[in-house]
Amino acid sequence: MAEPKRMYVIVVGAGKVGWNIARELIEKGHEVTLIENDRDRYQTVEQELEHNIQYGDASELWVLERAGVQRADMVIAVTGDDEDNMLISQVSKEKYLVDRIIARVNNPRNLEHFELLGIRPVVSATDLIIRLIEHEVPEYGLVHLLDLPEQHLEIIELLLPENSHVTGQRVGDLQLPEGTLLISVLRGSEGLIPNADTVLEPGDEILAVLDPMIEEAVTDYFGAEAVRTDEG
Amino acid sequence: MFILIVGCGRVGASLARTMLKEGHDVSCLDEDPEAHARLEINLDKAWEDMGGQFTVGAALEVEALTAAGIEKADVFVASTNGDNTNIIISQIAKRRFNVPTVIARILDPLRAEWYERQGVHTICPTRIAVEMLESEVREQAKRASGVAPKLGAADHEDDEV
Repeated sequence: MAEPKRMYVIVVGAGKVGWNIARELIEKGHEVTLIENDRDRYQTVEQELEHNIQYGDASELWVLERAGVQRADMVIAVTGDDEDNMLISQVSKEKYLVDRIIARVNNPRNLEHFELLGIRPVVSATDLIIRLIEHEVPEYGLVHLLDLPEQHLEIIELLLPENSHVTGQRVGDLQLPEGTLLISVLRGSEGLIPNADTVLEPGDEILAVLDPMIEEAVTDYFGAEAVRTDEG
Repeated sequence: MFILIVGCGRVGASLARTMLKEGHDVSCLDEDPEAHARLEINLDKAWEDMGGQFTVGAALEVEALTAAGIEKADVFVASTNGDNTNIIISQIAKRRFNVPTVIARILDPLRAEWYERQGVHTICPTRIAVEMLESEVREQAKRASGVAPKLGAADHEDDEV
């Protein structure tokens, strides 16, 4: 069995999020340095993580360098301060050429600033919860799950309405817009991977991966009353 | 010129007063309403009566920046007490609002140096203070060594300026 690649990951901010991320990554066998600039918090976490945590302000470049940012495979900036997360992400990426960055957005209104500075992907707890709420509300026919801009793909979820003209049809007979692939169908509590012979039923929740920009064509085709839940 | 100063502490407020007196349009943004009082130090009239503008709001809030007039600013000065805030808002002013002149105060010399190279116009008070201190200490040391040269070292120090 192929071992997953062992990565060197720097996690900045030893709050609940950062501490748990560091712990999980260490358990998965990765090399991790957590950086925390609050002395008390550092001492608390240090009792468990020992040498895997360093004390300091990671927006000071020498602190990042001391942690070995030059050889890091990934930097995860999850402090409670958006400016700090933006700065740490920006210098990690642009000065130290770290391949992968993940940044936390505390205030969703700052999301546009992360985008302006080219920092992605970003994770916003508020945004995730909002999406979950929208996911649970039936009038939202479509949930935009994930953008994979670098791969030029989007993943969406849509709910097949009662009156959709595709109900009762075989997947193999669908005239789907070019660049659409159905990933899975959730029916009641069951999930299935559709093949050409799968027959669609009203109420099916369909996960699809798409080329960008054809979301509307796809939802139109399924007759799903699509409500975009994501402006992005 | 229209000058927008974000961060109305000692530095920001002092700069704002000077620029206003020199005849520019000056707008200040600070998240602390009390910062307004700092603008009126040694002024005989109210800041607004002198033609100044003051907006309460967070530096990263686009609405606050817009209310403070960023869209018509000729010069943008980032002088909050946070280096990272100053670095980020300077880039927002430049890239999003195309303000022609953007200046960021950055206390940490390492960050200042790197962002300067990235095209962010920075003023680093720490670096200036260190340079002045170094030159002052050097001066004093030279003077002291002139008064009382080290015993037995005189022969070797002829060539010292």
